[in-house]
Amino acid sequence: MDSLRNLLVGLGSRVTDRIWRLGFAARFFAAILGYSAQTFLRPQLLLREIWFSGVLSLIIILVSGLFVGLVLGLQGYETLQRYGSSEALGILVALSLVRELGPVVAGLLFASRAGSAVTAEIGLMKATEQLKAMDMMAVNPLARVVAPRFWGGVISMPLLAALFSMMGVFGGYLIGVVFIGVDEGAFWSQMQASVDFREDVLNGVIKSFVFGVAVSLIAVFEGYDSVPTAEGVSRAITRTVVTSALAILALDFVLTSFMFRSL
Amino acid sequence: MPADCLVKIRDLNFSYDNRPILNGINMDFPRGKVVAIMGGSGCGKTTLLRLIGGQLRPTGGSVEVNGQAVHRMGHAELYAMRRRMGMLFQFGALFTDISVFDNVAFQIREHTDLPEELVRDLVMMKLNAVGLRGAHKLMPNELSGGMARRVALARAIALDPMLMMYDEPFTGLDPLSLGVIGQLIRKLNDALGATSIMVTHDIQESMLIVDYIYFMSEGRVVAEGTPDELRATKDPFVHQFLYAEADGPVPFHYPAGDFSADLLRSNARG
Repeated sequence: MDSLRNLLVGLGSRVTDRIWRLGFAARFFAAILGYSAQTFLRPQLLLREIWFSGVLSLIIILVSGLFVGLVLGLQGYETLQRYGSSEALGILVALSLVRELGPVVAGLLFASRAGSAVTAEIGLMKATEQLKAMDMMAVNPLARVVAPRFWGGVISMPLLAALFSMMGVFGGYLIGVVFIGVDEGAFWSQMQASVDFREDVLNGVIKSFVFGVAVSLIAVFEGYDSVPTAEGVSRAITRTVVTSALAILALDFVLTSFMFRSL
Repeated sequence: MPADCLVKIRDLNFSYDNRPILNGINMDFPRGKVVAIMGGSGCGKTTLLRLIGGQLRPTGGSVEVNGQAVHRMGHAELYAMRRRMGMLFQFGALFTDISVFDNVAFQIREHTDLPEELVRDLVMMKLNAVGLRGAHKLMPNELSGGMARRVALARAIALDPMLMMYDEPFTGLDPLSLGVIGQLIRKLNDALGATSIMVTHDIQESMLIVDYIYFMSEGRVVAEGTPDELRATKDPFVHQFLYAEADGPVPFHYPAGDFSADLLRSNARG
């Protein structure tokens, strides 16, 4: 009887802890938005974070985009040629990347590369009392440290996703046109005729913006809320990557179901 | 203690998760003096410092700094007050992504609109005061523990605070660095006309530089006085602490049952 009660108490406290943490995250998000004006009034802080989150993520994003495009080109050609429509390779590559793979894969890579770094940095600043020291100097860490990192991620993410898609299309072109010999004119013209700016490109940008908000919020929150020890920070980094990945995939499903309802 | 006190603490209580940390604390910190708060680890010294700095709110009693109740201040008021406070953290808490120069300049740049030439002069003056003007280009990871503590001290006095707080300033330092930091704390306090509160358990160094000492144990003040008064006291707690005796009012053994009964029980099992 006692063990059942303990089990229920343990389960209940875990559920209430999660709900409490979710509430704290919501208040944290509201606080970041409240301090956002200060971030945009100090562009040098924002540029520094765009450099760290965006520019330093470029290599992994561009290389991954190229390889995803190469694979899409191979797989797409293999399937399309069975139905005699290998000229449609350009459409397949472009739509797959712009609608889905660009935002989603770039988001996952961004969470692993930049999100984990932001969590580690903020978590270690907390563990080494740097945030407390800043607060004692009458400088709000939310305004000075957290908000610029959040917005740096939000601004970087759509740009990285766009570059990922661009490299992917280039990868598809390399395989399809240069190596396999699909007609170049058909590749580009079919792509141009079928990819709609509002339906496809803009929706992809919206997705990558939403993923940027989610990943950046998770990264700064996990860092700020981490237990200030080596183990605590390492767990926070793991949570950032896992939670971000799940959030991206779940949000992708929700956004896709709203954006492409006619399908 | 004289009546002109910068910091006054009255009947201060603080609990964390219903666990009492501080219990009925009364303390005065006169202007211009260096006062030490001593006691064993976990007796609530650092918590007290955080209550004075407004990072924690008391569950009872009051903390007044310069005649203003810190515990009743709103966010803006508290930040205005903290601009006139400096705090040296246990391991310095330097910002590791910026240089020594930028660490010291941090507060000046955040809170003033001074031209960069003037900021540079101020930073160099502060670094010169702690003997590290030549290290202004170094990054925090290139500093020794003692140097990092001195840079943190230069950063803490960047805006000439009225109140300096030191959280275990001597922890982990070699004897030479320890003496240097101790002397700097005293000299800077006198040069700035500030008031200093130092939380420490380094007795020998503190006794040389402080004007007054409070001894704390289990969240209470158990003894107080000037270094000379405390050296002469017969109070068993102070005696045990000053002369680092293993056993006394603070017992060596964690509370346990009868030792022989424990041994007999383990023999019977064996």
